[in-house]
Amino acid sequence: MIRINCPYCGERDHSEFSYGGDATINYPSLDASEKEWTEAIFFRKNIKGFQFETWHHSNGCRMWLVVERSTVTHEIKSVKPCHPNLQKVVENNK
Amino acid sequence: MKTRRLDNYGKINRDKILSFSWDKKNYKGFEGDTLASALLANNIGIVGRSFKYHRPRGIFSSGVEESGALVTIGSKDKRDPNVRATTQELYNGLEASGQNAFPNVNFDLAGINNYLGRFFAAGFYYKTFMGIPPFEWGRGTAIWMFFEKFIRKAAGMGSASELPDPDSYEHAHDFCDLIVVGSGPAGVAAAIEAAEKKLDVILVEQDSLVGGDQLAENNFDNSRIKNQLENLGIKIMTRTTAFGLYDNCVVGLLERVTDHISAPNVNIPRQRFWTIRAKHIIVGAGAIERHIAFNNNDIPGVMTVNASKHYLNRYGVLTGKRIAIATNNDSVYETAQQLSEAGANVTVLDSRTNLEIETNKSFEIRKGYVPYNINGSKKIHSLDVSKSEDINKSETINCDQVLLSGGWSPAVHLLSHRGVRPKWDYSNACFLPSDSKENITMVGSSRGLWNKNDCIASGIAGTTDALNRLGISKTNYFFPKPGGWKNPIQPLYEVKYKKSRSKSFVDYQHDVTTDDIRLAHREGFISVEHLKRYTTLGMANDQGKMGNIIGLSLMAELLNKEIPEVGTTVFRPPYTPVSIGALSGRNVGKHFRPLRVTPMHQWNIDHGAKMIEVGLYQRPWYYPKENETLSDSYIREASTVRKTVGICDITSLGKIAIQGPDSSEFLNRIYSNGFSKLQVGKARYGIMLRDDGIVMDDGTSWRLAENEYFMTTSTGEAAKVMSWLEELLQTRWTDLNVNVTSVSEQWAGVSIAGPKSREVLNNCVDDSLVVTNNNLPFMGVTSTFLKGNIPCRIARISFSGELAFEVYVKSDFANTMMDLLWENAKKYDGCLYGLEALGALRVEKGHVTAAELDGRVTIDDAGLSKMASTKKSYIGSAMRKRGVLKNNDREILVGFFPTNLKETFNAGTIVCEKNNIKGQGIGRITSVTYSPELGHWIGLGFVKGGLDKWKDTNLVGADPVRNKQMNLKVVSPHMIDPNGERMYA
Repeated sequence: MIRINCPYCGERDHSEFSYGGDATINYPSLDASEKEWTEAIFFRKNIKGFQFETWHHSNGCRMWLVVERSTVTHEIKSVKPCHPNLQKVVENNK
Repeated sequence: MKTRRLDNYGKINRDKILSFSWDKKNYKGFEGDTLASALLANNIGIVGRSFKYHRPRGIFSSGVEESGALVTIGSKDKRDPNVRATTQELYNGLEASGQNAFPNVNFDLAGINNYLGRFFAAGFYYKTFMGIPPFEWGRGTAIWMFFEKFIRKAAGMGSASELPDPDSYEHAHDFCDLIVVGSGPAGVAAAIEAAEKKLDVILVEQDSLVGGDQLAENNFDNSRIKNQLENLGIKIMTRTTAFGLYDNCVVGLLERVTDHISAPNVNIPRQRFWTIRAKHIIVGAGAIERHIAFNNNDIPGVMTVNASKHYLNRYGVLTGKRIAIATNNDSVYETAQQLSEAGANVTVLDSRTNLEIETNKSFEIRKGYVPYNINGSKKIHSLDVSKSEDINKSETINCDQVLLSGGWSPAVHLLSHRGVRPKWDYSNACFLPSDSKENITMVGSSRGLWNKNDCIASGIAGTTDALNRLGISKTNYFFPKPGGWKNPIQPLYEVKYKKSRSKSFVDYQHDVTTDDIRLAHREGFISVEHLKRYTTLGMANDQGKMGNIIGLSLMAELLNKEIPEVGTTVFRPPYTPVSIGALSGRNVGKHFRPLRVTPMHQWNIDHGAKMIEVGLYQRPWYYPKENETLSDSYIREASTVRKTVGICDITSLGKIAIQGPDSSEFLNRIYSNGFSKLQVGKARYGIMLRDDGIVMDDGTSWRLAENEYFMTTSTGEAAKVMSWLEELLQTRWTDLNVNVTSVSEQWAGVSIAGPKSREVLNNCVDDSLVVTNNNLPFMGVTSTFLKGNIPCRIARISFSGELAFEVYVKSDFANTMMDLLWENAKKYDGCLYGLEALGALRVEKGHVTAAELDGRVTIDDAGLSKMASTKKSYIGSAMRKRGVLKNNDREILVGFFPTNLKETFNAGTIVCEKNNIKGQGIGRITSVTYSPELGHWIGLGFVKGGLDKWKDTNLVGADPVRNKQMNLKVVSPHMIDPNGERMYA
């Protein structure tokens, strides 16, 4: 079982969270071309090792998180809020 | 075999006599017995019949590796098949019976299979797939079709109860610093060391007592150890199996709470499924003694050596009178001596010629001898033995029991669950655990240590390893070297014997013989994973705990390779079987999933509603009057709405409060249609697309104030839409100043629809002016009060196509609102209407719901192209123009009428061209209803090319599942009032 250390709620089972997706995508602007959107939506790297991914604490504080997780061992290196302002709050509270 | 209870042996409680039944006959045993020890004490030798050949089988072991004594416990709804008699504790009134036999295990008609062995060799049923040679060789499967039902009937061992399980089960959770699996010398040493270093420790033991293999020692004091552990504050969990290790040091446990009690308290669960989250895991799971493959090595009376020691010292049962022990290692000699001291005549056959053993000479040792054939069928008469180097010089030993020890296999299973492959150790002829990068440490004989002091030392070293890895200490430690016997083990897996119909078993439980392994090799199944599946070696519920290594060694020999080159299969959870009941826990029956009800749920039921599940929600389905059927009722309800007025509970719709200065911009980006110019006091229907241009959901958003909106979503997509909005605001558009809150539970909603709806509402609001056509035009929104000073939100929104309003009050006022509206609706001969009538009304209007918006449909497919703004960009606006979504042959929303208006059709019907009824056709029907307005059945659905292409063509609806076919015609989805005159009234 993966355990995720939510910056707001503490360490919880992954069953409290929903998997989002690749956290490294820079979504193009809404008026960007079909080609740019196709790149952003459909093309993914298949990483062996650590990757950044989004998780939603859907049965908790509802925060969207960036989780740095190894696809090989499930080891989690870091967990941060997605929203930069929330990131700052977490940093300041450390 | 003559087994009997001895007076001066065993740790059973002789003051407490228990009675139990075996195959309907009554017997006695003692407290502390297992079913196996009690059967042996009563001299019952045959306890089962084998899987394929129906050979008589006895008790092979004293533990979880048991592959012969699989029995059925209990009867009727408590019937539990394939229970290992060796681990089932005896209780008063226990009912046990043999299985896989007719009429019973002593005399089984299917025993004939033993003589038909050549037809049941490995993979025999796969071969039936190939057809009858030579006629259908390689193409037909007629022979499989013929034999399948017989094979399926014959397969399997015991049969499970088909009645509902009367027991309850529980899920439980715990946390600890260290979990120790196994309470042998190593596990106990590790736990004590850890508790003394102030770690929070859980010690798990599958047996009813702590002690592990020490329980087979004649002078072992179990209570002293138990007290010591308890005094240190260690949580001891007996009768609990660690069945699997998972990511992040999570351990799955199965605790058998009442399986050993004759009449358990019904309020206590039968079993508990534990999820333990530990920081470190120490596994001292012990080792399992192997047997040796030779002819007839399965006759009742064959047992592992260590098992007989358990039966002698723990249960006081001497398992034979004249005992032959066959071995290749030193572990048997203590047992041999104790058995002879207990009165048995013991002969040890040791395959090794050079060995030094100190004994009291109370038994004979024949060095360099191996067994090759047992004479007997239901019991052992004698054993044929020979010098290991010259099988022709044979002699026969009279005996009633044969004990085997072909070496020991460390229980590396749990580590294997984590993907750590064991490595072969030549000097000890076994697989040893490799090191894990995770916080898991193997100790004791599960890392190949054969003597007690080494095990204890390894337990302490294991805890030191744990403390180091947890960063608590930095202490040097070392583990004792694997092994510990004076004389080295000599590999001995099989003794060959050439005689027709000889059977030499590798895997007792699945009747896999050495010949099966050779056959698999001849037929090309040489990878261990293929070998396993073809022969079913190790696939029975003992998962090859005893036989796997023998199978691997045979394959290695056939391939001229060493065992490590052949490799081993991967052990997967569970270590021992886990009942389905324990996995589901309390999530059964009505607790299978959460139940959601609206605040007027009881009000609806009190007013005659029949309910239906929509997702997790209970919603009113229809409100029958006396003797009305579902269709009588919904047709009346839908007609009433069109004629006068109806009231419908729509609380299950998702509701989201959207607040903040950028709310308008936010909505403008997520909806495909424009929202930036929506005025305060107005609502708008909107469609949300996914990033890839497909429709995600539809709903309305009401502008309550400059910076405040109230959004409704469909019932089914409410949670998804909420998560989506949060994702956008927290990950993509972090500059937008918007807050979203789910308020679905806070507001109760109804729809009031029909030509009289305004009059009804007029009577219910405090200020009758608020709902006039001028003050509340179509899509107008107002926040006002119902009579009785109840604050409410009203929007003039229509799903039914009639003049209609949605009214929301705080959930606490739901019943008051319903009373008020219903009292007034009755004055206009109105009705309450449910989901079925709602469906009829919206199908007549061509309004789409989840049945149509199924995640494959674009705005254009749904006929809602007008809802796609060309003046702005929004989520999905680029991708919805993808070529593939713009093809001319996409399926477009249409309405359907049966050509013969008296005919009916069902959702799921495939629409085809008249002379081309096949495959997926040209479209499908997604929703159907009887239309009270039109007087016949109508449908909504999709057809390639849409209405324009098929307007005047006769099509066919094929419904092969329901064996129906009808002629159809395609019509506009807006089947009544296409211009919406009623809504604007």
